[in-house]
Amino acid sequence: MSTSVLFDLPGPRARRRQLVGTVVGALVVAALVGLALWRLAANGQLQPDRWAVLFDPASGVPQALWEGLLNTLAVAAVGMVLATVLGALLAVGRLSDHAWVRIPVGVVIELFRAVPLLILILFCLLFLPTVGVPMTAFRALVLGLTLYNMAVLAEIFRAGILSVDRGQQEAAYALGMRKTQVMTLVLLPQAVRRMLPVLVAQLVVLLKDSSLGFIVGYVELLRTARSLVEFFNFSFGSQYTFQLYVAAGLIYIIVNVVLSQVARSVEKRTRRSTKAAAAKDVELPADVQMGGGGGPA
Amino acid sequence: MQFLSDNSDLLWSAFLTTLSLAVVSGLCALVLGTVLAAMRVSPVPPLRGLATFYVEVFRNTPLTVVFFFLAFGIVQIDLQFPSRFLTAVAALSLYTAAFVCEALRSGINSVPAGQAEAARALGLTFGQSLRQVVLPQAFRTVVPPLGNVWIALAKNTSIAAGFAVTDLTAALQRLANANADQLLAVFAAVVAGYLVITLPSAWLIRVVETRVAIVR
Repeated sequence: MSTSVLFDLPGPRARRRQLVGTVVGALVVAALVGLALWRLAANGQLQPDRWAVLFDPASGVPQALWEGLLNTLAVAAVGMVLATVLGALLAVGRLSDHAWVRIPVGVVIELFRAVPLLILILFCLLFLPTVGVPMTAFRALVLGLTLYNMAVLAEIFRAGILSVDRGQQEAAYALGMRKTQVMTLVLLPQAVRRMLPVLVAQLVVLLKDSSLGFIVGYVELLRTARSLVEFFNFSFGSQYTFQLYVAAGLIYIIVNVVLSQVARSVEKRTRRSTKAAAAKDVELPADVQMGGGGGPA
Repeated sequence: MQFLSDNSDLLWSAFLTTLSLAVVSGLCALVLGTVLAAMRVSPVPPLRGLATFYVEVFRNTPLTVVFFFLAFGIVQIDLQFPSRFLTAVAALSLYTAAFVCEALRSGINSVPAGQAEAARALGLTFGQSLRQVVLPQAFRTVVPPLGNVWIALAKNTSIAAGFAVTDLTAALQRLANANADQLLAVFAAVVAGYLVITLPSAWLIRVVETRVAIVR
């Protein structure tokens, strides 16, 4: 249902009312923004030299933030690649004809989706070293993100494989292909094409979740900002605190918005492509988009 | 086991903190998200724009960053929450509202166009047709997605531990530091705490879903 069935096109009176409402609303929003800016200015947060530090290479701030961003992206990239590969394997395993494969794989998927991501990361960080697995914050973060996202992606892939038209599979069997061939040559290529936009969208979720590194002490973007603030507080007082936080937050938002746009354009291309035909409604469920433990318990 | 009963007070209060955090922010997010969803389908373009902007921003912001700003950022505009708990509630509700809005919007879109057309043909206004025809049906179809958002919210409360709220995850960190030899028991207890919230919720969602489902 498109939104337009909900209401008529506004007539002249309704348009006038809307205009008045818009102006009043805009004034209220502008007043709130103005109030915030005024408080910021009153606290001296808008002085140009405070913001200049973000772009001044001599202060080391741009380099540090860049490094933080790279660390964030590194975790997300490694996690995404591992999660995609393992997720595809798990999806195939869950669709297996053999109960001894299907059931354990199902248990693994459900287990890792049921546990909050932060607990999973803490488990990797705190418990695994006691059984002799060397751990760093980076490894724990990557491992936690991989375990959780592989379980989520496995379910996405499974839905993708099941959504391929049954005739494809039947035709492949009729041609005398084996089960493995049907899966790798016929079903998976179509499912992956169809699921491509969702994969990119999941990358956004994973990137968001990588900010949990802040809590477990991995030097990603937020932790970088925090330690820069602590460093500056030591020598200059809390002069640059707000600016650094805003910068870190904005970088996250910008990177994610860009990725979301990529996901959207990939989706458009997928929709046009005949090879991934009938790719309707490929969108991440709202709870998966939340990250940090989406997916049914 | 001895050790778990020794720390049962800490674990119990941590569990209650997590539960109340999830319930309170769940309710706030539900209200805010419904308002946002109504704005997103409203006839007034600026309202649509505002809601879309809100959802886009929060969908692309990590929850940790939202927490971070409410905990450390808004002091700079002379605002402060009276307690850590309320900071966490605000962060969780603001963040989750965007996803409640998304879930509801997909529900509104799944109501057949004929329903809204019939409502309008009967002369109902936008507000009436939304309140009395479309939203009641939308809420029924979104029981599973909304329920999943609630479960995800319950798990996301764990992030509050990073911002000095003594919830289950914070209890985990404290107990893990104090009892390095009992790590597995600590983890099992904490995970069980979350499952006590999420598993019955999942069951309840299934029950409600079958109860209210519309057969089309």
